[in-house]
Amino acid sequence: MMPVFKMALARPWIWSWLAAAAAFLAVMALTQGRGAGELAYAALSFGAFAAIVGLGQMLVITLGPGNVDLSIPATMTLAATLALKVMGSQSGTALVGLCVAVGVGIAAGLANFALIYLLRLPPIIATLAASLVFQSIAIWSNRGLRIKPPAELAGFATGRSFGVPNVALVGVLLSVVVWIVLERAIFGRWLLAAGQNLRAARLAGIPVELVRATTYVSVAVFAAIAGYLLASFSGGAALNMGQEYLLTSIAVVVIGGTSIAGGMSNVPGVWGASLFMFLVVSMLNSYGFGAGVRMMLTGAIIIGIVIAASTRRTRA
Amino acid sequence: MIALFARYRILLPVLSLTVLLVATFYLQPRAMSYFGVNLLFNLAVPIALATVAQMMVIMVNDIDLSLGAFVSLTACVTATLLNDTPLVGVLVLIALILAYAGIGALIHAFDLPAIVVTLGMSFVWGGLAIMILPSPGGAAPGWIRSVMTVKPPLAPMAVVAAILIAGVTHLVIMRSGIGTILRGVGGNAKSVQRAGWSLIRLKALAYGLAGLFGVLAGMALVGLATSADANIAMRYTLLSIAGVILGGGEFVGGRVSAVGAVIGALTLALAASFLSFMRLSPDWQIGAQGAILILVLTARLMFTRNDKEQG
Repeated sequence: MMPVFKMALARPWIWSWLAAAAAFLAVMALTQGRGAGELAYAALSFGAFAAIVGLGQMLVITLGPGNVDLSIPATMTLAATLALKVMGSQSGTALVGLCVAVGVGIAAGLANFALIYLLRLPPIIATLAASLVFQSIAIWSNRGLRIKPPAELAGFATGRSFGVPNVALVGVLLSVVVWIVLERAIFGRWLLAAGQNLRAARLAGIPVELVRATTYVSVAVFAAIAGYLLASFSGGAALNMGQEYLLTSIAVVVIGGTSIAGGMSNVPGVWGASLFMFLVVSMLNSYGFGAGVRMMLTGAIIIGIVIAASTRRTRA
Repeated sequence: MIALFARYRILLPVLSLTVLLVATFYLQPRAMSYFGVNLLFNLAVPIALATVAQMMVIMVNDIDLSLGAFVSLTACVTATLLNDTPLVGVLVLIALILAYAGIGALIHAFDLPAIVVTLGMSFVWGGLAIMILPSPGGAAPGWIRSVMTVKPPLAPMAVVAAILIAGVTHLVIMRSGIGTILRGVGGNAKSVQRAGWSLIRLKALAYGLAGLFGVLAGMALVGLATSADANIAMRYTLLSIAGVILGGGEFVGGRVSAVGAVIGALTLALAASFLSFMRLSPDWQIGAQGAILILVLTARLMFTRNDKEQG
């Protein structure tokens, strides 16, 4: 029994799942087990959005130190705004809208990478500057209108299949794709190699610039899909809809056990951390804390987990 | 050669500010007055202080994503506690500076990623700010208000303040012995340690300085805005990072410039005024700021390339 236990603890992702479970149990302790199904359902719905953007951010962070995408919120908003505009609440346009969103994602990712590669800008500054431009385009095309998503798309985004929220199923599907690419495909090996030592990877003949370009396009496409789903889920796009996902996307990656130094990623951990981020807020909510205390404790818990993970790392 | 490179580094930020200033005066000649210049750069004073704070952290190879939330918090403290019960207010602000130093020590002691810890701290600062000031309000202490609206002879307050901030930080960071050691932490932490310095204390000092300038930024902001709210300075996080980079700083290696950082902050603040003078539709103003940022950095790329070819 011990070796199994030890092996489980050696997995970096186990901690985020344990934390999520602890938060879940803390809520249950208060309600004496009532509403467990509803809470799990809500956690899966809201956690899915965090997980989708988190997966993209994870790929970028895996590229190594200094790589991070700060344009995720702007890309989400832009993709959602343009997709809803094209769909114009008409039924039967959901697929067209998805194509528009993914197209916006690809364009945004290429724009980001062009700034990074051609102008040699640090990714933080490049994605920051690009996000300002994306934001402007979104404001200009939106003009304060709130277009409703087509009814069947809204139905899909808020609905469930086999008792699981549809958005969570989409998130799991994307996670499986990312996991296979990272663990079983040559591209994943290239990405990890580039993240561990860019120079060594280049000398080994890996097309590192192609890997970097693909990664920056992927994160933008993931953000675009998340924006498209979130707008359909919440009944329309809003200019600040992506705001909270900047911090969330980075937080779930790190809490999930992905190394911020790059070269090591962790798909299950992103999910554990996404569920945890939602559950910890519900926990603090159900214990009746005010907004201020809730935020403070969320921050303190994030830092606590990072410290706990680091002491484990040094002991190992 | 090194001297030439150093001169190029500060030259470009100066040049971009000058070009932008000339373009602004061309569009709006009435801005070319004591009152006009003060209006143009008024809001640049807190941004410049925040940029210097960010520079202290970037100097030791970290990055601070909590600065906007921290400046908002200090603004809230200034508009409430410091105004109502000055003694408590001062103690709280000092405690906040010490907390910042503590975070620096924590990051070093556990070898934590600064980007994540400061991200977590941004929640903590934001939560504290909401607790202190749940809805927008408060009032600026009279003396801060009068400092921020003083009308010195010759040059407007904003210009005098910018020169003062740049001068003081230049002395501390570029000229003093401890400043050189601090930049050395960013350059090569191991060799600084071998030379007998305590890295944890140096990191705490750098973060403490960042906290000090963050507090000053919050106070200056309240002096201008006369009241505060919990989200008043959230955009300062990204503005301050952009300001440091615009001013010729780099993310790694302790290569920062105090004067450059202040100029970078002034450029960012001026860009906003310039765009409104251009009668650009408000939709595009944020995007145009991004474009200006990209433009200046492209120019810098050309400068450094030429420089390398000459060397």
